[in-house]
Amino acid sequence: MEGIDGSGKTTQLALLAKWLSAAGHPVFQTEWNSSALVKAATKTGKKKNALTPMTFSLLHATDFADRLLYNIIPPLKAGMIVLADRYTYTAFARDVARGVDRRWVRELYSFAVKPDLAVYFRVPIDVSVDRLMARRVKLKFYEAGMDMGWSSNALESFRIFQGKVLDEYDRLVDEFGLSVVNAVGSITDQQRVFRRLVSQHLEISHNDERIDESA
Amino acid sequence: MTSGSMNLPDADGGTDGGGKPGHYYSYGIPYLSIGNYPGKLIAIEGTDGVGRSTQITLLREWLEVQGYGVIETGWTRSELMSPTIDLAKSSNTLNKLTFVLLYATDFADRLEKEIIPALKAGFIVLSDRYIFTALARAGVRGVDRTWIRNLYGFGIAPHLVFYLRIDEKTLIRRVLQSRGMDYWESGMDMKLGDDIYESFRAYQRQLLKEYGSMADEFGFRVLDARRKVDVIQDELRRQIAAFLAESETLSPGPAALRVE
Repeated sequence: MEGIDGSGKTTQLALLAKWLSAAGHPVFQTEWNSSALVKAATKTGKKKNALTPMTFSLLHATDFADRLLYNIIPPLKAGMIVLADRYTYTAFARDVARGVDRRWVRELYSFAVKPDLAVYFRVPIDVSVDRLMARRVKLKFYEAGMDMGWSSNALESFRIFQGKVLDEYDRLVDEFGLSVVNAVGSITDQQRVFRRLVSQHLEISHNDERIDESA
Repeated sequence: MTSGSMNLPDADGGTDGGGKPGHYYSYGIPYLSIGNYPGKLIAIEGTDGVGRSTQITLLREWLEVQGYGVIETGWTRSELMSPTIDLAKSSNTLNKLTFVLLYATDFADRLEKEIIPALKAGFIVLSDRYIFTALARAGVRGVDRTWIRNLYGFGIAPHLVFYLRIDEKTLIRRVLQSRGMDYWESGMDMKLGDDIYESFRAYQRQLLKEYGSMADEFGFRVLDARRKVDVIQDELRRQIAAFLAESETLSPGPAALRVE
């Protein structure tokens, strides 16, 4: 699941997980930047605003590597469906928006497992801002790209930074064949599209199981 | 041993993976251009027990007496990452990939906050170990060679790399004498065997092999580190002095103070 803040992807992911679990699929969820390993460094770095685009990028890659080996590969081996709230594309979009080399960051993540399905919840910047404001979300320093010094106003900075992130995502759609969901529509409509996309991949695995049983 | 003929720009056919001294190895950091900074980056590489820090202390003194500004940097000493690396090491939760990435993060932090500003300001940066330490450790652990070289493509190729080389037997004795074997430096994470000494020995042997294979690739100036401290120091000074003299005639650099 990919998309900028306020794209509604976390809501969509929770609904999808409910549906999959209800249908009897074992589901495992993992979230971007959540490993215990780099938590201390990320926290210190963020608190002191001490992260550069490069260290920001590398810390997230470290977090990803840790989760890949402990939270992504083992559940995949166990035949579970891994739902990742953000994946490598987040790094490709955000790090490049911060000025990190586009090829370098792709090669950095070349150890990642290619997902069976990558869904991008595309939303215009205005809609994302409206949603975040409605929830009275306080824009965080790095999420708003304040480290780049483009604007001292958090909202303005967020617009500039996430605008660049959206441009990078658009590039990724073609490059990596991301499935795009129009994230402006109603929650239910989006979820319907989302489930349809996912079910195409589930059918294949059902067939596999049937073959296994008859063998 | 090696004379000061390495890393000459555009030596025909002599292109190696070593990069152009003072420039990024490959992709670099696009938002930080570093062209023609006046400072010089000198790396002292080698395994444990070769006396790197002793040599660096002596070099610093010698350079400062001549009027050069000197800054030292080490491996895994960044404010940002030191606690995390210590924690990860002590809890053994590191695997080879996160190990490599934590060190790369640490290096990036020091590169941007210490090394690049120092080079810009015209300092001589003496680096106690450099990316080659990471490449050697990763190489021993079977990390993909191309991947790790791309990863460190944001690094700056030093103007000089001195590799203080010792043989396996000397290395093992020196490490045992100084701080003994520890889990990581014994390569115990690699499960080479239950016997910690055998594992340690196999690890150090492979490490030496990795360093050896990088000597050509990155144009190391190899020094025999089994010799006396002052003999090695004299050799280092001779080569550094020649390099500084040469670069000062070519372009304005961190010139020594001259009383006119």
